[in-house]
Order: sequence, then structure tokens, then C-alpha cells
Amino acid sequence: MLAFKLALRNLLGAGLRTWLNVIVLSFSFIIIIWTKGLLEGWDRQAKNDMIRWEVAEGQYWHKDYDPYDPFTLSDSHGPVPQELSSRVSDTSIIPVLITQGTIYPQGRMHSLIIKGIAPEQKVVELPTAKLTAGEGEIPAIIGKAMAASTGLKEGDYVTLRWRDRNGTFDATEIRITSVFETTVPTADVGQVWLPLEDLRKMMLLPGEATILITADNLSDVRVTEEWIYKDQETLLSDIEKIIQAKSSVGVIIWGIMLLMSMLAVFDTQVLSIFRRQKEIGTYIALGMTRGQVVRLFTLEGALHSVLAALVGAVYGVPLLMLQSARGVKIPLSSSDFGIAMAERLYPVYSLALITGTVAIVFVVTTIVSYWPSRKIAKMNPTEALRGRIQ
Amino acid sequence: MDNNIISIEGLKKHFPMGSGKFTALNGINLSFGKGEFAGIIGPSGSGKTTLLNIIGSLDVPSEGKAVILGQSVGNLSPAASASLRKSQLGFIFQTYNLFQVYTVYENVEFPLLLQGIEASKRRQMVLDALEWVGLTDKIKSRPAQLSGGESQRVAIARAMVKRPAIVLADEPTANLDAANSHHILQTMENLNRELHTTFIFATHDDKVIGYVRRKIYLSDGKVAKDEIIEKN
Repeated sequence: MLAFKLALRNLLGAGLRTWLNVIVLSFSFIIIIWTKGLLEGWDRQAKNDMIRWEVAEGQYWHKDYDPYDPFTLSDSHGPVPQELSSRVSDTSIIPVLITQGTIYPQGRMHSLIIKGIAPEQKVVELPTAKLTAGEGEIPAIIGKAMAASTGLKEGDYVTLRWRDRNGTFDATEIRITSVFETTVPTADVGQVWLPLEDLRKMMLLPGEATILITADNLSDVRVTEEWIYKDQETLLSDIEKIIQAKSSVGVIIWGIMLLMSMLAVFDTQVLSIFRRQKEIGTYIALGMTRGQVVRLFTLEGALHSVLAALVGAVYGVPLLMLQSARGVKIPLSSSDFGIAMAERLYPVYSLALITGTVAIVFVVTTIVSYWPSRKIAKMNPTEALRGRIQ
Repeated sequence: MDNNIISIEGLKKHFPMGSGKFTALNGINLSFGKGEFAGIIGPSGSGKTTLLNIIGSLDVPSEGKAVILGQSVGNLSPAASASLRKSQLGFIFQTYNLFQVYTVYENVEFPLLLQGIEASKRRQMVLDALEWVGLTDKIKSRPAQLSGGESQRVAIARAMVKRPAIVLADEPTANLDAANSHHILQTMENLNRELHTTFIFATHDDKVIGYVRRKIYLSDGKVAKDEIIEKN
């Protein structure tokens, strides 16, 4: 209690010097929490977007479907199982037919995946309602990244070539009726979306599909062995792995920032112990043990982080809350890197993140303060009193 | 002198110097009684500060014995040594050594905080000590706002506030002008007479030498002369 009282008295008595250190440390708190919150928000947004744009509550996959092997696409389709037909009728299940194809924008050849989806679906956020065109035309929608890589824009016509169920090549002209914006690369990059019935006709596969996107979790619904149910968790496992890999990078960034702020505390402590030699000698002359002086200096350092947390809370809480609500605008150029990133990221500041950061910074500050303070234990008080220690 | 509160026998203190050693004190035999007002006098390097540090249990003898208030300095644990300083010894330094971030009040209060004295008693003791040195109007000032003489008076109040048995003053007037020197020496002399606190000065200042009632001259680490001055 005495050490706490003296440490607080020393800190408050030091005035501006203390508050400068505290403000700098509070910046570190806020930046660490902000960065981590931004990364967590990015992760959560990426996952949510995957669910909203592609995964929904789950999917049935044709047994031969392998999204990582486009050469199997021509064989991975089958009739929608009878058990699910009522759900297909009420559009709580959306059949999607998938095949390989090629387009020729401005004479260039561009391989892509053709996906047929019902324009009236509402299970995923694709703007399929835009899949409408004039008589005899085949409408198509593409994502912004696809439009950028092919040079296509809304209203353009482009030749599309594909192989039907017999392996025969065929080609037609499609019209780009909409260019949509999404953060989900698998719904955008190298993809063109057509009306399901048009694609079925083109491929001579009436009533067939490659995957079935479900609006509900149907893990308990058994269907023919030709269709395998993939629940949401399974479908998100890839992005979970990416998030985990990215999290380790986040931890490294977090660690570097923590290290930088701790270097400042360490430096302050070393300087403080050097500068306050006479004071240390006087403490000992007045009856403190060296251990008590070490504890006092360590506590002073640790209290910096407590004050920094309080000061940081004063301006940080409203600032972070505002950002959490309004989001952070990401420069448009960031999409050029091929990163699945929305134009506006909404940081997520969980209680665990804030309390965890405060606790870790407090513990690390205490350790970093203790480290140079140990030097006091080796000081000769008579030399310290004269300020002679180098 | 009622009885001996400091007893030094065959005291030697060596410091390592290069491959050899430097002997700062070379066989000191001294004793001090309660209420003495004594000066250890000598030029720089004569060993007076080293002797004062050993009496103050800030340093230990290399050889011989220094018994302070019944406790042998060389045999004390760090905690016992700190406890002796905390309760029985007061220090006054040449450069005052006040805590710059504390007010005058807080500086004087510090030794009482270490002793765990309760707040109301503490306050009264601090105000008493500041009254002794005539600084009750400066309790909220910080050391940077005080003159040298005022700073040294705060240091005296800090040394005296816990009513120690012994006060050790190392060149207390070295940074003061004549008027301030006489002022603080009178203050200390008054406290010595009123409270019977033993004062031991390490000094080569004639002003201090003029006040002390016992003069112990050190030369090359030895007591060259020890004389008691009779004063009314």
C-alpha cells in the first residue's frame, strides 16, 4: 500500500513527464486494440460475406463435384433429388449448374466458370434479379474483378463457348446485364452467372444441377447417395484456415507494436533510474530497503500502463465505438491486391480483446519496468547518493 | 554525555583501487554520547564522509567494529540496517537531496510514511518539524521554488521529523552563504539542545567548526585530534 501511494505520488508529482509517457502509452493501447479489432472485423466480414454470397446455411454437392478440379465439372451434375423438390419449388433450395467455358472479349480468349442460377432466388445475395434480357438474348452478370480483368462492362455483348453434355462445343453471344460488387472472390473472379434454365438448355441438362444451396441447415435430411450435404462449417473451413493463418500474422503485428511501446517504457525506466540515482540513494538513507525501492520503481512503471488505460479509455472508447459503427473506408486500390476486402471494414472490439490487451500490456509493462529496476538492487547507496553511478 | 550511543573500535575501511586498495579509514577509535554536537573535520579525502556513511549504516567496515545504538553495523542484515536508518538515524546532505516532485510537506512527511505512522499524528509531526525550521508558510512549495537555505531547512525538518537519536550531516553548509549557514546551524543547535539529538557533522567549513562542541580532526584516515569545546 505504501509503495502504491509513493509510486502514485511520484508519478503525479512528475507532472508533464508522466502525462507524456502515459499519453504515448495510451496511443499504443488504442493502436494495438484498433489494429486487432480491424483484423477481427475483417475476418468476421469475410466469413459473413461468404455466407451471404455463396455458402448460405449449407449446400448439397453432386458426388463428383470438386471445386478445385475444373476438368471434372462436365461430369459432376445430376437431377435434383426428389426429396428436395418441394424445397426447390419454394426456393428455399437453389440449384446451381456449373461448367467450364470460354469468352472472347475484344478477341482475347478468357477461360471461366459458367454458373447457372435461378434469377428469382433470394437465398444468396447475388443480384440475380438482373438476369433479364430481351427476347432471344442470354443475360449474364459478372463481378467487378471479372469485369476489370476482361474489360467487360454493363451492356456489352461477348461470345461464350462451352461444351454440352455430349462434349460438343457450342457458342453464343451473352449480354452483360449487370456488374456487381462483392468481396467474395469465388463469386466473382473468373465467373459468369447465367439464368439456370438457359444454361440447362445450353448444356442439354434439363432439371440438373451441380450444387444445391440451402436456405436452412439440412444436415438431418437424407437424400440419394449422389448428393452429399456440406454444412456451413465444412464449407467455411477453407476461409477459417485462411483466417487462422492471417491471425498468426495479426499476432506478429500485435507483438511488434507491443514491443515498440514496451521499448519506450524500458527506455524511460532506464533513463529514470540513471537520472534518479540521488533519489534512490536518499530512499535508502531514509530507511527503505533496496527491495522496496525496486518495487517502487517497478510499480511506477506498471502504473504508467494503468493510467494509460484510463486515459486511453477517455478518448479511445468513443473513437473506437464510432469507428465500429461507421467502419473504416479502405482505399479502392486495395482490391487490386486480390485481397477479399470490403470497401468499408467494420472493426470488432470484443470485451476479450480489450481486457486481454489491457492485461497483457499491464503485465509486460510491469516486467519491462522491473528489468532495469533490478539494477537498483546492486547499487552502492553511498555512490548513488552522490550520483556517481555510470 | 549521558551514555555512549556510538562506539567505534579499530575501524578500517578499504576501497579497491586498480589492482590494490585504498585505505580511507585506518584504525578509528571513537565513541559518541547522547546529545553530542560534534564535527568530524578534515580536508577532502580524509575519510570523514566514509566514517559518516558507516555510522549511518550505509556502508560497512572492512575491519574493526562500529556499534550504533547497540547494533553492530557490519553484522546487520539489509532489512535491519534499513530499519535502523528508518527509525533512529536522520541524514542531512550537502546537496539537500530533496524529492523534487514532492511538496515541502510531502518531503518532510516521507520518513513518517515509511514508519507507518497514522495520518493525523503524521500531520502534527510534520507541522511541528516545519515550525522548528520556520517553514510553515512553505508547505505547498516544491523544492525548485525554494532558496538553498530554505531547501536545507526542509532537509533538517525531514531528518528531525521522526525524532531520531542521531542526525548525520555531511557538509550541510557547503552550498550556502554565510547568513544561511548560520541560520541552519543555529536551527540545528537549538534542536540539539531541545531534543537532545546527537548531531555529527562531516565538514571542513569554519562556520560549522565554530558551532560544534566536539572537534574530531581526521587526517589520512586516522583521528589526528579529538577535542571537546566547553560552551555555555
